Amino acid sequence: MTAPPAIEVRGTLRMDGRDLFRDLDLRIAPGEWTCLLGPSGVGKSTILRLILGLETGGTFDGSVTASDGQALEGRCGYMAQEDLLLPWRDVRGNVGLGASLRGVPVDAAKVDALIARVGLSEHADKTPRALSGGMRQRVALARTLMEDRPVVLLDEPFSALDARTRADMQELAADVLKGRTVLLVTHDPAEAIRLGHHVHVLTQAGLSGWPVPEADPVRDVQAAETQRAQADLLAHLRAIAT
Amino acid sequence: MRRLDLLLALGVGLAIWQALVWITGAPHYILPSPWRVAQAAWSSREIIAENAWVTALEVALGLVLGTVLGLVTAVQLMMSKTAERVMLPILVFTQAVPVFALAPILTLWFGYGIASKIVMAILIIYFPVTAAVFDGLRATPAGVVDLGRVMGAGKWRELWVLRLPHALPSMGTGLRLAAVYAPIGAVIGEWVGASKGLGYLMLLANGRAKIDLMFAALITLAVLTVLLHWAVGIFARRLEAFARGG
Repeated sequence: MTAPPAIEVRGTLRMDGRDLFRDLDLRIAPGEWTCLLGPSGVGKSTILRLILGLETGGTFDGSVTASDGQALEGRCGYMAQEDLLLPWRDVRGNVGLGASLRGVPVDAAKVDALIARVGLSEHADKTPRALSGGMRQRVALARTLMEDRPVVLLDEPFSALDARTRADMQELAADVLKGRTVLLVTHDPAEAIRLGHHVHVLTQAGLSGWPVPEADPVRDVQAAETQRAQADLLAHLRAIAT
Repeated sequence: MRRLDLLLALGVGLAIWQALVWITGAPHYILPSPWRVAQAAWSSREIIAENAWVTALEVALGLVLGTVLGLVTAVQLMMSKTAERVMLPILVFTQAVPVFALAPILTLWFGYGIASKIVMAILIIYFPVTAAVFDGLRATPAGVVDLGRVMGAGKWRELWVLRLPHALPSMGTGLRLAAVYAPIGAVIGEWVGASKGLGYLMLLANGRAKIDLMFAALITLAVLTVLLHWAVGIFARRLEAFARGG
């Protein structure tokens, strides 16, 4: 894996005859987690798609650049709210999907090592329908790790999980993605405060930073400082929604 | 369907048929009894088997070739926007022409042998198979396609690894339709001009007032179609089971 770069997204995106966001200036710090929150429809996932080079359905007037000056294409991993596992492939086949898609041999030893790292060695031969929601997201995480990209973009990957599984997955993801440039799009202020080195809130008025506790992520959910920050962020999100 | 249900349905069907014969009092050259048809089927078993084999061959070859052609066309439509723009309107337009009306022309072009019947079967199943597979290819979840692109998949790898497996259940639906339509195409072709096949045998028997033999040929055709539908159904269910992961 190459050194994780910082990423800057600057510009205006027009969609359906209106500005989805205007004069955006988002900096995603290198090797750290940046969390992006905001009401539905303000363009959080669209920013993620811009970085990934995917179709947004709008017209973007601006730039998406990496601090090392190299193109981002081929250097980003992606994990969505849905696990996006292929039902006809077993866990091994899904983790090694990237190699199959590029037509190169799959590194079977690395696949097994990553499956072990996410705690699914006993389930490596099962297809997704035999796995729980949490296990399926762990397979998706192993698939993302298999790509070994310095930049990882997460689009609400834990939102469909129950509270306990979500907390487990947050800790696992923070551990295995340590040192990479991560952008996490989320609706959950508790998740953002727990995981983010940096937190940004996007509204129709623009992008604003939000202070995070001094402790390093993953933050203790029982710490008073964490709970206060989570409550303050939730109150802010409720205020901007009205 | 359970075996007992099948036997029950068969018994009820035969009872209704026999009741119709008794109630209407129709002569055997208009409506033969089940027993008379069974006798005709047994006494003409060799000629029925010979002609059934020809029809089965026409239907099987038409089904395979039509499915392959439909599959190739659907892939073309998926892979090329130009092909989609040019071919889709043509395909829709060709559906406005009744395939049955083409039978005399096909017989003229391909002769009285099995070729013209195979072409009829191909033509009649080509569009349903193409449409079903194309719909399946297009219905691959957008998130999966996005993931493939982020991972660096080319168009053909995306097709092979992501889209085709996702399209298998739709392909199964197309095959089920094809299994119903293909025998219709082959028999229509035989009616227009043939020297062999169950359709030919039905016309021949009708011309010689052997209505019991005509019924025997018709029932043989129905049994062939049901068997084909059953076999294709098993194959389609396997495709569906594979696509959903067992």
